[in-house]
Amino acid sequence: MAEKRLRILVAKPGLDGHDRGAKIIARALRDGGFEVVYTGLHQTPEMIAEAAVQEDVDAVGLSILSGAHMTLFPQIIRLLKDRGAADVAVFGGGIIPDDDVTKLKELGVREIFTPGASTEDIVKWVRENVQARQ
Amino acid sequence: MSSKREWFETTYKQASERPARFSTISDMELDPLYTPEDVSGSYDEALANPGEYPYTRGVYGSMYRGRFWTMRQFAGFGLAEDTNQRFHYLLAQGQDGLSTAFDMPTLMGYDADHERAKGEVGREGVSVTSIHDMVRLFDRIPLDKVTTSMTVNCSASVLLAMYLVVAERQGVPWDRVGGTIQNDMLKEFIAQKEWISPPRPSIRVVTDMIEFCARKVPRWHAVSISGYHIREAGSTAVQELAFTIADGICYVEEAVRRGLAVDDFAPRLSFFWNLHNDFLEEVAKLRAARRMWAHIMKERFGAQNPRSMMLRTHAQTAGASLTAQQPINNVVRVAIQALAGVLGGVQSLHTNSMDETLALPTEQAVTVALRTQQIIAEETGVTNTIDPFGGSYAIEALTDRIEREAMEYIRRIDEMGGMVKAIETGYPQREIAEAAFHFQRQLEKGVKSIVGVNKYSVPEEIPIETLKIDPEIEERQVQRVRKMKRERDSVALREALARVSEACRSGENLMEPMLEAVRRDATVGEISDIFRTEFGVYRDPGWI
Repeated sequence: MAEKRLRILVAKPGLDGHDRGAKIIARALRDGGFEVVYTGLHQTPEMIAEAAVQEDVDAVGLSILSGAHMTLFPQIIRLLKDRGAADVAVFGGGIIPDDDVTKLKELGVREIFTPGASTEDIVKWVRENVQARQ
Repeated sequence: MSSKREWFETTYKQASERPARFSTISDMELDPLYTPEDVSGSYDEALANPGEYPYTRGVYGSMYRGRFWTMRQFAGFGLAEDTNQRFHYLLAQGQDGLSTAFDMPTLMGYDADHERAKGEVGREGVSVTSIHDMVRLFDRIPLDKVTTSMTVNCSASVLLAMYLVVAERQGVPWDRVGGTIQNDMLKEFIAQKEWISPPRPSIRVVTDMIEFCARKVPRWHAVSISGYHIREAGSTAVQELAFTIADGICYVEEAVRRGLAVDDFAPRLSFFWNLHNDFLEEVAKLRAARRMWAHIMKERFGAQNPRSMMLRTHAQTAGASLTAQQPINNVVRVAIQALAGVLGGVQSLHTNSMDETLALPTEQAVTVALRTQQIIAEETGVTNTIDPFGGSYAIEALTDRIEREAMEYIRRIDEMGGMVKAIETGYPQREIAEAAFHFQRQLEKGVKSIVGVNKYSVPEEIPIETLKIDPEIEERQVQRVRKMKRERDSVALREALARVSEACRSGENLMEPMLEAVRRDATVGEISDIFRTEFGVYRDPGWI
């Protein structure tokens, strides 16, 4: 039997409408052989955590360009934990300063991709670092 | 002399050619050479002199020999008083007009103390919740002397009402207030994605504002038809042009349906284009835009006033073209993009700061960006002669081609039943996502290059100073908003808000009731909540 395909939720929290990156990543991950669920824009942390559980995904990729990353990432990680989904890998991308990247990783964000990261890098990272949830 | 084909077969093919794809950044393939064979149409009909129909060479007779473009730097962050201080700084540096960036909660119709505003107050722009913030924002700025541009869309009606109430309180009559509000909801659904309600009621609010301004605020541009965000979302130059002009057609149709005569409002429609890296493509796009709009207004809508046919425009250098890597290189990109804007004949210009991929710009970065415009204006000499590229075989051939391809898109949108229908089926959204993905692939394959990203990159980046927004700002604004809400006259407020709801239902122009509500301290969020209740909430279909 073929190995179960990983399911990835690509999510766009916050109020801004910058979805160019999220859509490109969603498409690249799909082309890379993953099952991709895209939330659409303007999601609250609750909506994202709920969707992650409902859709039974293995990882959540967050795209944040509004500057609110220090508020949104930790909230989503906490909400996943509350729903018994602490093992869902959370990664993300956006305009995120280096200092914040370090802090976010300490808080449990698995990887942060900053401007200039290629879709190939991201697909490769997911392939090598995300495991199917038990 | 040989024909172009003979030259190509004999001379060109004998010479060497780099292994490259010779196409614009929009991936429009170019000939190695353009000659008189590529240019059609008579001078009078296709170009004409500046200030003459179809305005290909410029909307004004003397262009930059009359006056330079307006140097208008977009600014906004933190509390209203922080941005007010930046406004005074920019005016002191020789900037001509103001341009306001609001934060995401304000732009999306939420008060600073709303749950959804958490972490976003004052981050990407200035936080404005009530008239009190607006009064602070324009403190010591005389609204009859300085023109202001406000970049806001789904909550634009509230912000315009607030601006007019500030004018009232300064004792400035509305007919002396000049400026622009972006208020282009169609491109929100297409590209920028800031919305409250679905397309149809959103367009009704835009049309209310066009009608109100035509009657009461004659110097105000009630909508700035914007290609900028369409391009930022990843469109090609042709798509930017086509979708934007198609949006313009939709607004004109709606206002005419409202009973306005074309010449009563069209002279106050203005545009907003993106200035991207591909220099010749951008110059040609701006020239094509003017000719298309002139033809459409005259032939499709029967405009008679020449001012209705003139496409006057603001432009901004492409944010999406800037790189986080080696950010000082962005100064060069911005200079070249701005030069394309000037050679393309824009009326107003914002130059991006080198640090904008990293954070909101520092004062130093903003100053370099403004100086870039001043150097183009004062030192390069390109302003001495009008449309100096006019008659260039390459530019004219590109202008014709971009116009032809954009008109083909417009024909398709007309066939679908107009832009609102096209948006409802996701047509422009998908076309843009497709183009964005295509470019990303070309970049990753090395077909297209970005210096410092996929070519000439360095292992260790040298960090530059960036602007930090104090997180305490949010708490201060939240407390201030809560205090205001406790202290205002809630009876008068409720009555005023009820009148706004009633106007939503009856179809009466919304602006008068909204002005009254704003005077009674109604907030951006409270009025937007009325839209949510009366018009419904639009959700992103999430097309990939």
